[in-house]
Amino acid sequence: MTTTTSADPAVQVRDLRKTYGTKRAVDGVDLEVHRGEVVAVLGPNGAGKTTTVEILEGYRRRDGGDVRVLGTDPARGDRAWRARIGVVLQSAGDLAELTVREQLHHFARYYPAARDPEEVLDAVGLTDKARTRSRQLSGGQRRRLDVALGILGRPELLFLDEPTTGFDPHARRAFWDLVLRLRDEGTTILLTTHYLDEAAYLADRVVVVAAGRVVAHGAPHTLGGEDARRPTVHWVEDGTPRSVRTDRPTAVVAELAGRLPGEVPGLQVVRPSLEDVYLELIAAAEPAPDPADPRPLETVTR
Amino acid sequence: MTTTAAARPRPLPTTVALGLARTRIEVLQYFRERDSVVFSFAYPVIMLAIFATVFGQDGAVVGQAPDGSGGIPFAQYFLPGMVATGIMLSSFQTLAISIAVERDEGGLKRLRGTPMPPSAYFLGKTGQVLLTTAIQVALLLAVAALAFGVPMPTTASAWATFTWLLVLGSATGAVCGVAFSSLPRSGRSASAVVVPVVLVLQFISGVFFAWSSLPTWMQHVASVFPLKWLAQGMRAVFLPEWAAAAEPAGSWQLGLCALALLAWLVAALVLGARTFRWQRRDDG
Repeated sequence: MTTTTSADPAVQVRDLRKTYGTKRAVDGVDLEVHRGEVVAVLGPNGAGKTTTVEILEGYRRRDGGDVRVLGTDPARGDRAWRARIGVVLQSAGDLAELTVREQLHHFARYYPAARDPEEVLDAVGLTDKARTRSRQLSGGQRRRLDVALGILGRPELLFLDEPTTGFDPHARRAFWDLVLRLRDEGTTILLTTHYLDEAAYLADRVVVVAAGRVVAHGAPHTLGGEDARRPTVHWVEDGTPRSVRTDRPTAVVAELAGRLPGEVPGLQVVRPSLEDVYLELIAAAEPAPDPADPRPLETVTR
Repeated sequence: MTTTAAARPRPLPTTVALGLARTRIEVLQYFRERDSVVFSFAYPVIMLAIFATVFGQDGAVVGQAPDGSGGIPFAQYFLPGMVATGIMLSSFQTLAISIAVERDEGGLKRLRGTPMPPSAYFLGKTGQVLLTTAIQVALLLAVAALAFGVPMPTTASAWATFTWLLVLGSATGAVCGVAFSSLPRSGRSASAVVVPVVLVLQFISGVFFAWSSLPTWMQHVASVFPLKWLAQGMRAVFLPEWAAAAEPAGSWQLGLCALALLAWLVAALVLGARTFRWQRRDDG
């Protein structure tokens, strides 16, 4: 692998804007992805993640802001630029009548220095399906084929749009291993996902997008800052569930142990998961669609 | 920023090479879609067989030669229209439907995300249309000649006319198909949108009836569209010279045929280039 290393970030976005009608789909997004990094973009549907990523991929035009992907403005991306990126879109139903092997060998021709299609087949675990037509593949197999087509050209930067939707847990784990192998080979990866565990497992950094803006970013275990990660102590007193959010759970537990006789009923110390932190961030950024269904942290049960 | 040229990137594959690769993959996909093969590929052959058999019972003929030697057998009379239909099906109908479906399924978007140049995609479609049209027309002529005894043209000039009509007709059909493919809202509705257009054109363009038996107003309407001109040109190839007298103009009007086809080719090229989309309408 001769990936030309560069000090430039793989992706550099400043104040990106895109408006559809009166809706500001992307409203001032800043984003940076360094070489060799895996970055996950999280956000609810309609938050602007797909629009943002598709501007980076060169599918959509921006209305404002600066975008550089591998040093090039995607709106002017030429063939040479496209040969350096890999795009795995959300599920497609095309190429139904071609076999897995035919597709890989055909798409390999598009690139100046493609990977060996047979090796890619092996890497995504589709060797025994090489002679099967797309039509007959399961959802997960098809998705792995999408990824195989996306990585054929040895991309420096790989875009993965909700890559594991519809996977069973085993297939998801196998897919994660593949992504980490690509990362180890030096591929920079930008993925969007709805699965928080996926982001936590794969991403060096997570970017949360809501209402067209970046509301938080950072390593998965630091996301949201100290406040968002403050644990909650739950217990039952006088038959009523109680909870308190505190920086010092040990002190709270000690106080409870001293005040209540014997075992403290229903005692739990819960640290917010990435999902909890994420949901809180989203709730803060976007007014809850249904006020009757808030998601306060206190009601989270384990 | 430009640090080193030590590891010079390998050159991108040429458009021609990719056009050939696309042609191969397009043809492969075309023949694997069995429904499409039956409906657009075998259709003209089946229609010729039905029409020739039904109308040609008891040796019925069309018209009467000036020397009184008899008219044109139905199989021969219908052949030009079926050739024109075949060209239209494997160029216009095939592309209008298949591109609409590819767009809807995300296939075009996937291709747009690769370094394959758009011109290679269209070269591939062109190659597929040329190849399938050639096979289809050859099949049609073979069935006409062998099963129905239709006499084939004997002069070089007739074959020359046939060749330019075939090439210009399928080019026009293909470009119209590319432009038309943006009309269906989804892949599922594509055949429902495209097939009626093709059917109506076939009926008003004199494919299924003797052109001279159509009402004048219908002839006028049909004259706006290319299929009428293609069918008329093909009549010049496959019908005896004396049959030209039955044409409304009293001649085959080959110059006008070329002009009408060219006009549609250019108009559809301009329109198609402006309206072609790699994504669904609701997608960016």
